Amino acid sequence: MAKNNNHKAVSYNKWGYIFLIPFVVVYLIFQLVPLISTIYNSFFENYRSGLTQIGPNFVGFANYVKLFEGGEIWIYLKNTMIMWIMGFVPQILVSLLLGAWFSNPSLRLKGQRFFKTVIYLPNLIMASAFAMLFFTLFADGGPINAMLVHAGILKEAYSFFSHAWSARTLVAILNFLMWFGNTTILLMAGMMGIDPSLYEAAEVDGATSSQIFRKITLPLLRPILIYVMITSLIGGMQMFDVPQILTNGTGDPMRSTMTLIMFLNKHLFSKNYGMGGALSVFLFIITGILSMIVFRFNKATDGR
Amino acid sequence: MKKQIMAVTLTAAMLAGLAAVPVWADDAGSDEGKVLNIYCWNEEFKTRLTDHYPGYEEVDGTHGKIGDVDVVWNITPSDDNAYQNNLDETLLKQADAAADDKIDLFLVEADYALKYVNTDYTMSVADLGITDDEIADQYQYTKDVMTDSDGNLKGLSWQGCPGTMIYRRDIAKEVFGTDDPAEVQKKVADWDTFKATAAELKEKGYQMTSTVNDSYRVFSNNVTSPWVVDGKITVDDNIKNWVDMSKEMVDAGETATYELWSDDWSKGFFTDSNVFSYFGPAWFIDFSMSADQDGSVGKDGGWAATEGPQGFYWGGTWITAATGTDNPTLVADIMRTMTTNVDVMKEIVTADNDFVNNKPAMEEMAADESYGDAVLGGQNPLAMFCAGADKIDLSNMSIYDQGCNEEFQNAMKNYFEGNATYEEALDLFYKAVVEKYPELSY
Repeated sequence: MAKNNNHKAVSYNKWGYIFLIPFVVVYLIFQLVPLISTIYNSFFENYRSGLTQIGPNFVGFANYVKLFEGGEIWIYLKNTMIMWIMGFVPQILVSLLLGAWFSNPSLRLKGQRFFKTVIYLPNLIMASAFAMLFFTLFADGGPINAMLVHAGILKEAYSFFSHAWSARTLVAILNFLMWFGNTTILLMAGMMGIDPSLYEAAEVDGATSSQIFRKITLPLLRPILIYVMITSLIGGMQMFDVPQILTNGTGDPMRSTMTLIMFLNKHLFSKNYGMGGALSVFLFIITGILSMIVFRFNKATDGR
Repeated sequence: MKKQIMAVTLTAAMLAGLAAVPVWADDAGSDEGKVLNIYCWNEEFKTRLTDHYPGYEEVDGTHGKIGDVDVVWNITPSDDNAYQNNLDETLLKQADAAADDKIDLFLVEADYALKYVNTDYTMSVADLGITDDEIADQYQYTKDVMTDSDGNLKGLSWQGCPGTMIYRRDIAKEVFGTDDPAEVQKKVADWDTFKATAAELKEKGYQMTSTVNDSYRVFSNNVTSPWVVDGKITVDDNIKNWVDMSKEMVDAGETATYELWSDDWSKGFFTDSNVFSYFGPAWFIDFSMSADQDGSVGKDGGWAATEGPQGFYWGGTWITAATGTDNPTLVADIMRTMTTNVDVMKEIVTADNDFVNNKPAMEEMAADESYGDAVLGGQNPLAMFCAGADKIDLSNMSIYDQGCNEEFQNAMKNYFEGNATYEEALDLFYKAVVEKYPELSY
């Protein structure tokens, strides 16, 4: 009998492994191999000057030294983080609010399906198309400036893309608009997974709705919140298309909207795989560290 | 192989000389490729070929036919370097590509011509059988652009691109009391008077130029040293002069800081703007100033041209044969027809208002009272262009020109807008150039 049981367990394990194969194969080919080759490439001088290929020559850590030499990389990291936070904070607040409203049965919101679709729509537009639209809207001679001047709010056109904070704000707004729908759907799913009897019990005990939100919804939503934060963080670190299109690739003014990936893109003009690799490894490490911090932070408070 | 090509091209050249029939009709069909791959970045050359090359039939947007040879157009826009990226990848694979997939002919611009000219990926026109005598009438600078470090000529152009200052007649009349090019020229004879005139225009509510970048080329074409000397990036004094003048003009509100080709920049093409002038060559007047649109200044011939403070050139398209082409005869014939055939070239002038690369023909047309450019209110600007084309000096070109020019204008925008000091902006420029060309230092 015992022997029989054992045999069964082994055969289940086998199926488990078989079902894992597709993922592992895809992971190996499309994730692990590129990751390792990126690290490998970062130790070589390897670029193209005109039509002449230079390298690859092994140069040790020379690319890393060059990367940190001027200290600009920290500025680009700071820019990336600033623009991510500026977009993420309103995004998570609005998403929580909308999620709470949508998942609250006592509100009986009408047209939920419609609104859920509408808030998700910006995500379906290509980021570059969206950025182009904003670029035209906020140009010196664009409609926003024309409206502000006509309404008497501004005396003359304001160059949104020539001031660090207005340019960053536009990037953040674009990212916020594109991603809050997605976050709302995720948080809503998390909220609907909370046992309704907890809400009922709280109501019977006379808790106010804000108390319910803080004491029941938020704590039970934590796993989803961590997931949202980490995915958004990784997405934010890789911010590229919106600021690239919005500033024509320059990261102006004075590279205050230059993100790490835009900087990476600069090296691709000369097919500089060495510097590109070094920058990617740096990005990999930073993303890893930040994800760890978010994870640990949430786990620690979870333990109580 | 090279000998074979030589033999074929020489025979073809002789045949072409003897019989007036186009070469492709009876000869090229036998041993040359049936597909002609052309790489370029816009429709300009295609239009020229369709309109002026005898025997070219258009099949659809990207295909044509010359005799029994299929012409395949591979058009990639220049934006974000896409054209060159695409061209580079294909050229690097050229040696291994099937005969019908090889690039036969591609176009380059002056800013990056040396990048291709100084390599083995381009064929010398002598190897195509085109002799020095045939191209003796072409402007010398158009040949200098395409001459590699060993003195081989690698490509030809049908156009010359000397520039002029193009100004609005109505504004000139209002502010200076005349729109006569000779009188207006006195107002912009050199950079000091140019600046004084800008102040005069500002008082009446007009801007001298649409953006600082309009005058950039006029300065950068008159430098005394190239961008890169012995691997070190250097900023010429004349470029610095541009920075100083531009900064003062921006601060005084006499011009703006838009990028060339942006919407804000091109608003000046229309009558409801306050932009007085642009700098540009013939193709700019005909091709870029929205003259076909209602409400544009050019529609009613509201522009006029004058020499401006200094001579310059802008752009120009050169035809070059890719090494390994299987259609050398046809490529040579296209080059000959488009860049040396006087009748075809005169046709291009009258039909497209282009300035063609043929000195005697242009000088003859410059004296022709009956020719006039409608966009310029019937003015014949060719004499100005002729004078300009003779003066163009390209001795300070380098393969880094495109990247340096672009990055310099981008970086200086920060200085003009008050977001950085000159030194900070200069530092940004150096960094951006080294990112593009890692082999350089500063």
